[in-house]
Amino acid sequence: MSNGHLFVIGATHHRTPIEVRERLSLDADGTKALRDQLAALPGLREFTVLSTCNRIEFYGVAAGPEVAEQVGGAFCRRQNFDPAEFARFRIDLRDAAALQHLVEVAAGLDSQMLGETEIFGQMKQAYAAAQAAGNTGPVLNRAFQKAFQAAKQVRTQTAITTGQVSVANVAVELAGTIFGGLSDARILLLGAGEIGEKTAKAFQSRGAASLTVASRRLERAMELATALGASALPFEQRESRLAEFDIVVCATSAPEIILPGAAVRAAMARRPARPLFLIDQALPRDIDPTVAGLENVFLYNLDDLARIAEENRAAREAETLKGRTIAGDKARALWQQVAAQVNGAGAGPTVEPSRSAGAASVPESR
Amino acid sequence: MTLPFTDRTWLWLAAGLYLAGFIQGSIALFKRGRPAGGATYALILLGYLAQLAGLGLRGRAVGSCPLGNAFELYQFTAWSAITLYLVVGATFRLSLLGYFTACLASTVTLVSLLFPSWDAGPRVRIFGHNPWIELHAALAVFSYGVFALLALTSLMFLLRHFSLKSKRLGGWFSFLPSIRDLDHMGVRLLAAGAAILGFAVAVGAVHWARPETVVNLEKVVVTVAVAGAAFLLLLLRLRGVLLARRFAVACLILYAAALLSLVTVEPGRGRVPARPAPAAR
Repeated sequence: MSNGHLFVIGATHHRTPIEVRERLSLDADGTKALRDQLAALPGLREFTVLSTCNRIEFYGVAAGPEVAEQVGGAFCRRQNFDPAEFARFRIDLRDAAALQHLVEVAAGLDSQMLGETEIFGQMKQAYAAAQAAGNTGPVLNRAFQKAFQAAKQVRTQTAITTGQVSVANVAVELAGTIFGGLSDARILLLGAGEIGEKTAKAFQSRGAASLTVASRRLERAMELATALGASALPFEQRESRLAEFDIVVCATSAPEIILPGAAVRAAMARRPARPLFLIDQALPRDIDPTVAGLENVFLYNLDDLARIAEENRAAREAETLKGRTIAGDKARALWQQVAAQVNGAGAGPTVEPSRSAGAASVPESR
Repeated sequence: MTLPFTDRTWLWLAAGLYLAGFIQGSIALFKRGRPAGGATYALILLGYLAQLAGLGLRGRAVGSCPLGNAFELYQFTAWSAITLYLVVGATFRLSLLGYFTACLASTVTLVSLLFPSWDAGPRVRIFGHNPWIELHAALAVFSYGVFALLALTSLMFLLRHFSLKSKRLGGWFSFLPSIRDLDHMGVRLLAAGAAILGFAVAVGAVHWARPETVVNLEKVVVTVAVAGAAFLLLLLRLRGVLLARRFAVACLILYAAALLSLVTVEPGRGRVPARPAPAAR
């Protein structure tokens, strides 16, 4: 029987701290240079390099057991990183286990923010680059294409992508449950700090119609408004012009209430049929909490948003087992299809996709 | 072509399919945590076709639109609601509305089937050979179907309102449409229902004005009252007097009143001449 195998080695956020990942990360030029170097490595039949802020991974088809080590060695030399230290953080998975890892990464099951979809695009780019450079062959082409299909299946058959897990995105998602689309939603940001800015940006990224910034320091409001492509409003007009807005994000450091109940009631009297979504991200709170009882007014404070984010995170976690089962099934089926090609002369043994399957495997902490 | 079952067999089949849609939707929601979507829609569509066959057979047998007794009225109302759902649900991808529609349709059709007395006794040919009065009746009952869908969207509005106010947004609450979309849909459905019922009353009024016509006074009063209530609700909503939660509750009450009024508008009840017959003058 041949010693050919499919492997993945690398370092991920699970066991590699950020300061180490910084030293391991590859930029576009570095990736290209390393790819050229690996292409010349004897015994490495196919490979793809995946480099993101949370992982550096090498997927390959090797003719012998020493090749994966050589790939790791070449990478460490390029990064001036001690191979012994790299071994402490390294994942090393083989055959069906490597395929299962590939599907899990593509599906967002292995991501730091569980279920995030950005990794899917990053993997597609990495694969496309490897394919264009002629680094992939029949095994990895099939493996990646099938992994992308399986990842879509994991996403549709589980709830790992439902519910936002960051406070800013939770606020945007909540706005969706009130207004549907945000294309005609007018947003007022009170406070020009980092938290409010992050939330305002999240709204803008989801196509909010307009953004207005008001801060106790007008120049700071104008500065932020310019940076965000928004308009500025004198802080003292916040109450009189409240009725013009659908969503109000409050994130000031004011020690007292800046939106009193009377102001909200007056605004609602001018726009009774249109809902008003108030997001109070300040501590101490900026908005009079009694307005929560008003018809068509929906008030959420920092605790509410954080609790929802935590619930969503827990719900996603609960779905991971289901996702991993699907990924395992797909990986097993895929391994049956490619095992013969990987092993060269004939079909090799079917390795169960367990974390201990790799020859020198270091299981990732989950 | 002759269909192999009797009209009631088809209607039982339709009720069963609606019930299956409801049960399937419940399993999807409470076990898998997501609406069944396409499967519920398919079951409702099959039920709709079976109901159409049953009502078609009944219509052919009686030679008119099947609105001759309480059983037929409830069946026609459910069928009207489903007709609208199949259009609205597909257009707006309201998967949860399908679940609620299946629940309502299975309840109304099963209840009407379980009381044989509603479909027993001599059946009055209410329309004679006047197509206008048949149009009046069909439109009026169809508007009740619109109110049924209005009641469902109002119920969904109240659930969404509760979820937002109580800050419980997970689980199957996450499949509800946005509160503004539900509110807009409620206003549109109310406007459509009021317009259809208003037109039906206008068509009927032309007929009632004829000296030879015999009308059910109670039915006229109840129908006009339901139409008046619908227009009043719409006016109050558009003027901003009745909003959000209170508007949704009022729509539910309107539907309940419309449903109960079907008992009084049952053909054959208390038919009295609209005005004295010419010979008696």
